[in-house]
Amino acid sequence: MTDERDIGGPRQPLLQVRNLLKHFPLKGKGLPFASARSAVRAVDGVNFDILKGETLGVVGESGCGKSTTARVLMQLINQDSGELVFDGETVGSRALPLRQFRRQTQMVFQDSYSSLNPRMTIEDSIAFAPTVHGLPSREAITRARDLLARVGLQPERFAGRYPHELSGGQRQRVNIARALALEPRLVILDEAVSALDKSVEAQVLNLLLDLKQEFGLTYLFISHDLNVVRFISDRVLVMYLGQVVEIGSSDQVFDQPKHPYTRALLKSMPSMDPLQRTLEAPLAGDPPNPINPPSGCRFHTRCAYAQPMCSQRAPLFASDDSGHGVACLRYEADTASLFASEVSYA
Amino acid sequence: MPATIAVPATNPPAYKRSRGHWANVAARIVRNPLAMIAALILLTLIFMAVFAPWVMPTDPFATSMFTRLKPIGTPAHLFGTDELGRDMLSRLILGGRLSLFMGITPVLTAFVIGSGIGILAGYAGGFINTIIMRTIDVLYAFPSVLLAIALSGALGAGIVNALTSLTIVFIPQIARIAESVTTQVRRSDYVDAARASGASAFTIVRAHVLGNVLGPIFVYSTSLISVSMILASGLSFLGLGVKPPEPEWGLMLNTLRTAIYTQPWVAALPGAFIFITSISFNMLSDGLRSAMEVKQ
Amino acid sequence: MHDMISLRDLHVQFFAPKKLIRAVNGVNLTVGQGEVVALIGESGSGKSVTLRSIMRLHSERSTRISGALEVDGKDVLKMSQRELAAVRGDTVAMIFQEPLLALDPVYTVGAQIIEAIRRHKKVSRAEAHRQALSLFEKVRIPSPERRLDAYPHEMSGGMRQRAMIALALSCSPKVLLADEPTTALDATVQIQILLLLRDLQKELGLSIVFVTHDIGAAAEVADRIAVMYAGKIIEQGPAAELLTRPRHPYTLSLLKSRSHGAMQKGQRLDTIGGAPPDLSNLPPGCAFAERCKYAGADCASVQPREETLSPGHVVSCLRVHQIADAHAVA
Repeated sequence: MTDERDIGGPRQPLLQVRNLLKHFPLKGKGLPFASARSAVRAVDGVNFDILKGETLGVVGESGCGKSTTARVLMQLINQDSGELVFDGETVGSRALPLRQFRRQTQMVFQDSYSSLNPRMTIEDSIAFAPTVHGLPSREAITRARDLLARVGLQPERFAGRYPHELSGGQRQRVNIARALALEPRLVILDEAVSALDKSVEAQVLNLLLDLKQEFGLTYLFISHDLNVVRFISDRVLVMYLGQVVEIGSSDQVFDQPKHPYTRALLKSMPSMDPLQRTLEAPLAGDPPNPINPPSGCRFHTRCAYAQPMCSQRAPLFASDDSGHGVACLRYEADTASLFASEVSYA
Repeated sequence: MPATIAVPATNPPAYKRSRGHWANVAARIVRNPLAMIAALILLTLIFMAVFAPWVMPTDPFATSMFTRLKPIGTPAHLFGTDELGRDMLSRLILGGRLSLFMGITPVLTAFVIGSGIGILAGYAGGFINTIIMRTIDVLYAFPSVLLAIALSGALGAGIVNALTSLTIVFIPQIARIAESVTTQVRRSDYVDAARASGASAFTIVRAHVLGNVLGPIFVYSTSLISVSMILASGLSFLGLGVKPPEPEWGLMLNTLRTAIYTQPWVAALPGAFIFITSISFNMLSDGLRSAMEVKQ
Repeated sequence: MHDMISLRDLHVQFFAPKKLIRAVNGVNLTVGQGEVVALIGESGSGKSVTLRSIMRLHSERSTRISGALEVDGKDVLKMSQRELAAVRGDTVAMIFQEPLLALDPVYTVGAQIIEAIRRHKKVSRAEAHRQALSLFEKVRIPSPERRLDAYPHEMSGGMRQRAMIALALSCSPKVLLADEPTTALDATVQIQILLLLRDLQKELGLSIVFVTHDIGAAAEVADRIAVMYAGKIIEQGPAAELLTRPRHPYTLSLLKSRSHGAMQKGQRLDTIGGAPPDLSNLPPGCAFAERCKYAGADCASVQPREETLSPGHVVSCLRVHQIADAHAVA
């Protein structure tokens, strides 16, 4: 299906994220105007591409910066530096003003209840964005009802209801309909199914797959649930302390993880076999705070493979020919030999 | 994505809408007996105030040296007479006009102005918020009674001046609540979603913020009405508000001060009316608040 | 050796305006000494309500509990408030999903543990402090001496959860009730806490009731698993047995919903349609019947009885024998 808005063709990434940086300064104790001593380095140099028509999964734990990255991608917060290139045009430039970008990128949030105005009916909530962009109210309402039907909610029953009358799963469907109201090309799903029961989650995931095919969408799917990410994603991106540590296809990352953190993360998934239980936790302690991250490679303080070099030199991100990329000194040509061969995580 | 929306020839059919927020609040509050009693009392008082000329038994301005300070229950004067022989009941009824007016008007005006300031500060955030709110805080730091008296003193006696000073007293309080509630709403995901759809700040405030914010601010404001009444009465008592011979409950309290030894019940009557009205406004406000608080 | 916890035909109902919510409808469960039982279910299944009933945490005014509920041989339903207060914390302790809500934000964690210790045992402050320190070491909090003086908000998520476990263990309880303790934690922290609980359980001989919606977490810690739906345990059995040979249709679909990773790209997930039933309006028969693809004509009107398929493995389903091992999950 060809989209008349497609500028660059199928080979051009839909969104290129270049050197994104976002720090939140911590105010000095007391004085509001004192210079920032340290900052929460939430997003600290993030680079990746989202290809047209794919589902890119993003995994990482608390403090990794995935939610902040999502908000910067939506331009709900502005980055400190770095740029976003959407289908070849820089976002915010004359060729692609912000308002136009917003019509093509939308987001579904985690909390289905707080994403909907409690004082607005469902159809009004969905119709709001189109009316902002000039669609007459009659047509906006019709589109809203059409979308409700497509996400599996009968318009006669749900259009006039308020959010509190719906269940979590139903609300999330409404949120998806709302995100689609502007007919976007990229949809960012920030833990969109995390708060739902497993059976409802499965229904919503199926819905997302159907909609993706029907509308030719591209997804950025952020989640902490590795099973779900594996199922729905074509490629997966792993984040740690504000940086991307690994990217690859779903199979590559899950079956042949390169970065020690990815391996630890995968090993942390509970074993489903009571007769073969996990004997040792792969990582100790909590995910660290993005204030004052460790020097060199940020993961070196918890890494089973760490060498002294790792605290001195930050690894560069590099991909092999198959597109499987990692930022780890074990894979850099001049340092690879310093590392012992496989160290297993229990 | 292919355009799939057919332009409708007529308006889309109206689907059944669920009961809205305010309808729910109304349904809940009528089940609250205390709030309903308060509402009844207030309606009666307001009715009497509005239709005072027809409800009053006699002329509230007619003085008589012979019928001074008659007790409650006197045949021609059910509630007695004041120190100038005027009928208490008539004066209380007519006095209700001014007292209620001076209770409600400053709060209403402050509601409009204070909400505007608070919502602006709350939505804008950052530097603008700091400037506005710290300025408001300066006014807020003064105890309301002192501030009212000081402003009234500076402006001079008279109803308009009293109303002005009371309004100024209430604006900071309402602005603070407005800013606080707006900041909360500003942080919610649905406002972010609206921003993400490209709506301007003005549109977002109109469509999303106001509906969620005006309710709580209004409820808070109703709790200020009783304060306003008492402050107004206080100002009149001190000679800073209403001037005689206009009947106003606070003023009546003042002029009947000396009668407290001879006719204590009559002297206390205006105070009793102030008390009943304040309590009723408070109970109604409480009822509104609990009706709105129920997590739907 | 009696069972530590014994629930027989437990019913819990909540009074709401204009309706009665039947949250728990005839639960039979025993937890032996030193045994770990996981209660699995989705929201509305009644697992948390069951758990909280064991300590009678629900408001007395709006709750009706009936049936038999015994903890350590004593009848909990007949206890007075004083007897209950003596049991809570001392015999039975509880850990929650969100430590920030369970810990008092204005006191240091050390102070809270010391308070709990001194409430139940007559020891000096110094001795209580010593015990609190050794508890922190037991739950593997690094730099325990320093952490005792920390406030809850100063600790990371995993550390707070450990502090809460320490608080729960402070009075040497025999039973630990865990209400989704790892749900809010990151994956790498979750596995640490699960292993910690397992080790503590072995060391202290605790009986644990572990409520969760995550089957993986249950598989890591539980000896037995009980699956709840609409206020009833529809299947329970030894963990290995239940996970490899589930027999109830709901258990089957629950396990399937966890195997996303093994599926082919682009395949749709096998879902159960519909939604959990309204607990104030339950059908007379099996509550799962309306969503069950194996349901027969009688399922909606006849309550299935508990049937023992093999030692310890109990299922409530009229169709259980017709749904053969064709669906055994490897």
